[in-house]
Amino acid sequence: MLEALMKIFGKNEKPSGQVAKDRLRVVLIHDRASVSPEMMERLKNDIIKVISNYMDVRTNGIEISLANDEDSVALVANIPVKSMRHHA
Amino acid sequence: MSVRIVITSGKGGVGKTTTTASIGVGLAQRGYKVAVMDIDTGLRNLDLLLGLENRIMYDLVDVTREKDPIPYKKALVRHRKYETLFLLPTSQVKNKDAIKPEQVDKLCKEMDKDFDYILLDSPAGIEEGFKTAIKPAQRAIIVTTPEITAVRDADKVIGELGREGIDDIKLIVTRLRPKMIEEGDMFDMRDINELLAIECIGQIPEDESVIKATNRGEPVITMEDSPAGKAYKNVVGRLFGEAIPFYKPPKESFFTRLKKLFGLL
Repeated sequence: MLEALMKIFGKNEKPSGQVAKDRLRVVLIHDRASVSPEMMERLKNDIIKVISNYMDVRTNGIEISLANDEDSVALVANIPVKSMRHHA
Repeated sequence: MSVRIVITSGKGGVGKTTTTASIGVGLAQRGYKVAVMDIDTGLRNLDLLLGLENRIMYDLVDVTREKDPIPYKKALVRHRKYETLFLLPTSQVKNKDAIKPEQVDKLCKEMDKDFDYILLDSPAGIEEGFKTAIKPAQRAIIVTTPEITAVRDADKVIGELGREGIDDIKLIVTRLRPKMIEEGDMFDMRDINELLAIECIGQIPEDESVIKATNRGEPVITMEDSPAGKAYKNVVGRLFGEAIPFYKPPKESFFTRLKKLFGLL
């Protein structure tokens, strides 16, 4: 019901200007930092190396990206953990 | 002594040359001696916008070439109506590599004593032609539309200008459509300020007068009743630090207010 109402009022999706702004914010972070895809790949591999000392992670499920969180830039890492390592 | 301002954008077709022509006329209307220089070698257009295309004898390539250069005063074309406005056209035949940044820099130094303002109309892109246009400049005006592509390119150009040591950078946003902004489908000025963080001196609305002005070879600033013409007049005032408020579109519609009332916006 509410959804149908929203549709009538044309509020069922984000205005395209807002979509553009969100996209541009992320693009500008990369442009300004000149963060290349290779560098992101190297960063990802280094993070895996460090984390693997402490936990068992599923390496092919890892996602790393720069994102915009309100007014700041965040490095967002999604790292699936298989199990914790037991230290002797 | 002259103030040298480069008008640049990164992306093409956003209104660099339109802006150069109108600011040039606006400065001449205030009595300043102005040279507008077309750096877009091979794709010259500033002559057309000023209605001076039939009066060109020599061009920037003739003036800056190593062997037997033509004195720049012979290449300058004086505007009939605004007598303190001069065009230094570029070549339509040669390509952008025909002129090196150092050559135009040297030329601007020669012209320095004869002019109050030298406006350099940059080509699109960030290659040789762009580098030639920014080399002599002390200040820059970036032109962008409110589109994601143009704003991204503008940001890139701001970075390039910074590396060249130009830190007096102002922004002009062209082709704004109030209705699209109101509906949330176009960046508004707050969005652009937030993204680029440089001072804005012009908000030029989308206006058919710009095309009509180009058709006639009379810069749109001379169409004093047109929205774009008024906006460019204000740009010139702001260049002199005059506190001119930006035009505010009319209040939102009854329907928008109603939607807000029901919390749907």
